[in-house]
Amino acid sequence: MKKFFAKLYIWVLLVILYAPLVFIAVFSFTESKVLGSWEGFSPNLYRNLLTGQMQGNASLLAAVKNTLLIAVIAAAVSTLLGTVAAIGIHNMKGRAKKTVSFLNNIPMINPDIITGVSLFLLFVFLHFSQGYTTVILAHITFCTPYVVLSVLPKLQQMNPNIYEAALDLGATPAQALRKVLIPQLKPGMVSGFILAFTMSLDDFAVTFFTRGTIGLDTLSTYIYTDARKGGLTPELRPLMTLIFLVILILLIIINVRQDRLQKQNENR
Amino acid sequence: MSKRSNWSIPYVIFLVFFVVLPLILVMVYAFQDAQGKFTLGNLAKFFTDRDALSTFAVSIEVALENTGLCILLGYPAAWILANKQYNKSAVTIVLFIMPMWINALMRTLATAQLFTMLGVTLGKGTLLFGMVYDYLPFMIYPIYNVLSKMDKSYAEAAVDLGATPWRAFWKVTVPLSMPGVTSGILMVFMPTVSTFAISEFLTNNKIKLFGTIIQENINSSMWNYGAALAFVMLIIIGITTLFDKDKDEEVEGGLI
Repeated sequence: MKKFFAKLYIWVLLVILYAPLVFIAVFSFTESKVLGSWEGFSPNLYRNLLTGQMQGNASLLAAVKNTLLIAVIAAAVSTLLGTVAAIGIHNMKGRAKKTVSFLNNIPMINPDIITGVSLFLLFVFLHFSQGYTTVILAHITFCTPYVVLSVLPKLQQMNPNIYEAALDLGATPAQALRKVLIPQLKPGMVSGFILAFTMSLDDFAVTFFTRGTIGLDTLSTYIYTDARKGGLTPELRPLMTLIFLVILILLIIINVRQDRLQKQNENR
Repeated sequence: MSKRSNWSIPYVIFLVFFVVLPLILVMVYAFQDAQGKFTLGNLAKFFTDRDALSTFAVSIEVALENTGLCILLGYPAAWILANKQYNKSAVTIVLFIMPMWINALMRTLATAQLFTMLGVTLGKGTLLFGMVYDYLPFMIYPIYNVLSKMDKSYAEAAVDLGATPWRAFWKVTVPLSMPGVTSGILMVFMPTVSTFAISEFLTNNKIKLFGTIIQENINSSMWNYGAALAFVMLIIIGITTLFDKDKDEEVEGGLI
């Protein structure tokens, strides 16, 4: 009985959590302008989206491209910067270590809007014209701390003697780094990259304040402007549905693989 | 090997330039007038501006209610998910996190539209619902993390020593899970105060939160006043983080 209610509670929460997503998905199959009015089944929105033939809304595809480009660059740079920084921080001691860790925490504690406004003021102050570069720099700023925090535990778990052993056995520091250190840190770097990538994809406030006035749009700012103009581009519905499906499939693959790995380990 | 610590130098420079300097600039702009002279006028304006003050009060209120609701709904969920008896697979927790990968604005707009379709008037109620909807995963996840790593034998020991399961839960499990609750609060409270766009979409522009007035001022080139409002928020962040105990008391040293 207890078990039944526990399960019921979880499922009720999940149903509520997914209701708006299902709502979007259902209405991606009708051609109405407004979300929520059903005008008969039609796959036309998908066709429009995939062929790029939208009435005056080609900028949606540009926004998707920008979003992905910015996320890939920001995540890659953050992973590099954050991993190198984590190795440094791991080897620091005492007050210096505390200070750097504190600085690293600031972008995570600060709400997006503070990060956005403060960087906006920085670029205004430096007379730096805002656009792609400033958005990417801003994204690196709030993504890197997550990479640092993903890599640090891997460094703590590592046996320091392995690296020393590589050196004793004649590896150059560069070789030891490439053959010993990096492989050990890789899981942390990968999860840091994924975290950074999703943070960047989902960001709205920071992009909003650092994109300047050159008409640079990511998906978030596009949706914001669109909604303020009244009425969302109908093609956003199939787009969101497709994104959701891609994520769902990726997660299933990851989980199935993990399960299999676990079973293999148990069988050993 | 001690030179390895130098590897953090590029990042430290980066942090100083893109984190510390911008925050200093927020303070500088907050205490300057449009001509760049020192003034307390911006802060004075905030403390005498009825609208700004009431927006601020409403934001704090909504944030408190949202945080409370997230704990109330999220704690039981996290507890059930962390309990092997009820939940055997890690997939369920992933299901709770997955909606976060869909653009938050889009989800919010869909929620608002769903309410309109069901005939619910957009207002305070829908705002709270939407906020809980957006932030619940941020509360569930840290609590789940702490609960699932917690040594179950403490609660069992309490029961063996004669406590009722209910009492053992309140006296042992809940106190031990407090770090998860605190980080959940940190992830829900301040972001709620500072959201913009979301509150307008969910209330049809009826309720503004503090983030919105910061954004409005910055966008209409009232940088100094906008910075002053951001400064007020920084102070509150400073205060709330004081409640969060220093977590990184890791073991010192360690060579690579």
